[in-house]
Amino acid sequence: MDLILDGIIEAFRLIVTGDPEVMDITLLSLRISGSATLISTCIGVSAGTAVALTRFPGRRFLISVINTGMGLPPVVVGLFVTIFIWRSGPLGSLGLLYTPAAMVVAQTVIAAPIITGVTLAAMQRLPGKLRLQILALGATRRQMVWLLMKEARLPLLTAVMAGFGGVISEIGASIMVGGNIRGYTRVLTTATVMETGRGNFAVAIALGVILLILAFTVNYILTAIQQGRGR
Amino acid sequence: MSRPVLEIRKLAVTRNGMPALDVPDLSFAGGEICALIGPNGAGKTTLLLSLMGLVKGAAGEVLYRGERVEPGRGAAALRRRMSLVFQEPLLFSASVYSNIASGLRLRGMARGQVREGVERAMDLLGIAHLARRRAQALSGGEAQRVNLARALAVEPEVLLMDEPFSSLDAPSRETLIADLERIIRRRGITALFATHDRGEAIRLADRIVVMNRGVVAQDGDPNTITQYPADEFVASFMGTETILAGTVTASSGGVMTISVDGGAVEAAGTADAGTAVTFCVHPENIVLSDGVPGTSARNLFRGRVERVVPMGLFRKVYVRCGFMLVAYVTGQSIESMGIREGKEITASFKATAVHVIKAVDKK
Repeated sequence: MDLILDGIIEAFRLIVTGDPEVMDITLLSLRISGSATLISTCIGVSAGTAVALTRFPGRRFLISVINTGMGLPPVVVGLFVTIFIWRSGPLGSLGLLYTPAAMVVAQTVIAAPIITGVTLAAMQRLPGKLRLQILALGATRRQMVWLLMKEARLPLLTAVMAGFGGVISEIGASIMVGGNIRGYTRVLTTATVMETGRGNFAVAIALGVILLILAFTVNYILTAIQQGRGR
Repeated sequence: MSRPVLEIRKLAVTRNGMPALDVPDLSFAGGEICALIGPNGAGKTTLLLSLMGLVKGAAGEVLYRGERVEPGRGAAALRRRMSLVFQEPLLFSASVYSNIASGLRLRGMARGQVREGVERAMDLLGIAHLARRRAQALSGGEAQRVNLARALAVEPEVLLMDEPFSSLDAPSRETLIADLERIIRRRGITALFATHDRGEAIRLADRIVVMNRGVVAQDGDPNTITQYPADEFVASFMGTETILAGTVTASSGGVMTISVDGGAVEAAGTADAGTAVTFCVHPENIVLSDGVPGTSARNLFRGRVERVVPMGLFRKVYVRCGFMLVAYVTGQSIESMGIREGKEITASFKATAVHVIKAVDKK
């Protein structure tokens, strides 16, 4: 029991005093997962909208692929990204292995299908005649797509939340392509695993609590926007 | 005569290999209010969408003041001179003001112009007090008014409406129809509205186009359509249930005798004996009376009331007198004559009340 209590007390000391290492790890996590979410949002919202609004042969198959992609196991993503950027791999010359950039790439591969899938579902849920109504209001095709996206803005926020939630808490890919290098690629999840393995429960708990607070805060803000606008 | 605002030439749409619309030639004059009437699947919506170039793969042409409405992206400029209103209001999740402003904003108008346009449209439809409300919080009637305001805010020359009143309750429908008619007439807007309600069509339209299975069954003013239906479909869709088939047995002095199953009917008109005819008698032209009526009507039949169906202000009475006659009777007459199922009664109508739909000379 003391182990847990001491751990929690120490964890709060680390957080409240702003321990430099813990803060660096936290900021890096936010930077990497934030960038991956941003890139995935650009890719996923456009791709999801495009697939939702067009008809082409193989569309159903593509939608199945996207839906499968929403549940990609991070370790599998980590494995393939590692192979690609391995020194002798196809993109080995870029020297990305064990860099934050590699982690952004891996996390984008995880988040993009999630955001694409949720966007696709959101756009498909809009009434079919809405498109005709918008065109009938005098919209060009570009204006129509923009208005449809605006109309689906709340579920699109959900897509972003789901994407961010997926990557901020994943560990498999981050540790494989990032390598958990201190001060360089060490993020909240990889550090938590390491500190737990070492028996440094206080630090591990502190990192875990920060991860929870982070995930909660981001989701709280997005939910507040969603609920506020939705009323 | 000035050129029509909208012209359709050889318009054909197929859906899943089946013809959904086939209109060789149809045009609409400026300021005309026209009802497209027909059952579900008659092609009314497809016709309206085609007029805006919103149907993919439509063959033929739609001309807007002589300019071709290209299906797809090319039509945006011409579409901006028209408005389309669906049965469901399809409002954006935004304020009423933003909704009404949307068409103006899409046209890139300046903020001040947008505000003027929105305020004018809100005043027209009496919804200025709703401006700040969220569209999702409106009642059905309010939402449809906002929808119409959104369509009218862009000051369209042509207003297309797809069953705009059918989701409204009777009182809101009546006031909305009255308001809309006033606006359309005052501004000289060319309006086309699809409906399956003949009352609505007769109430509002100068012209009725009856559609069935993708083709125009009849096109004319409301009186012609109701009194002189072109075929059995139009007759029954416009509310005439007494449709009979028979053979002309004699014809003289402008009156012909038509023998039908169970009797003979006299009708105004001439045809050679032996001509096979289909004719109808409008329910409001059939008079029911107890005993012998004091009427000059040439057609008098004794029959038995088979069914009495309430229909709002009056009742529909089915009388079997060899063949079936359907008459409209007021509630008061039902009471005073004691009309009920099984009662013996006299049905009468004039020879001029008989409209011959189709005549085929068998010789």
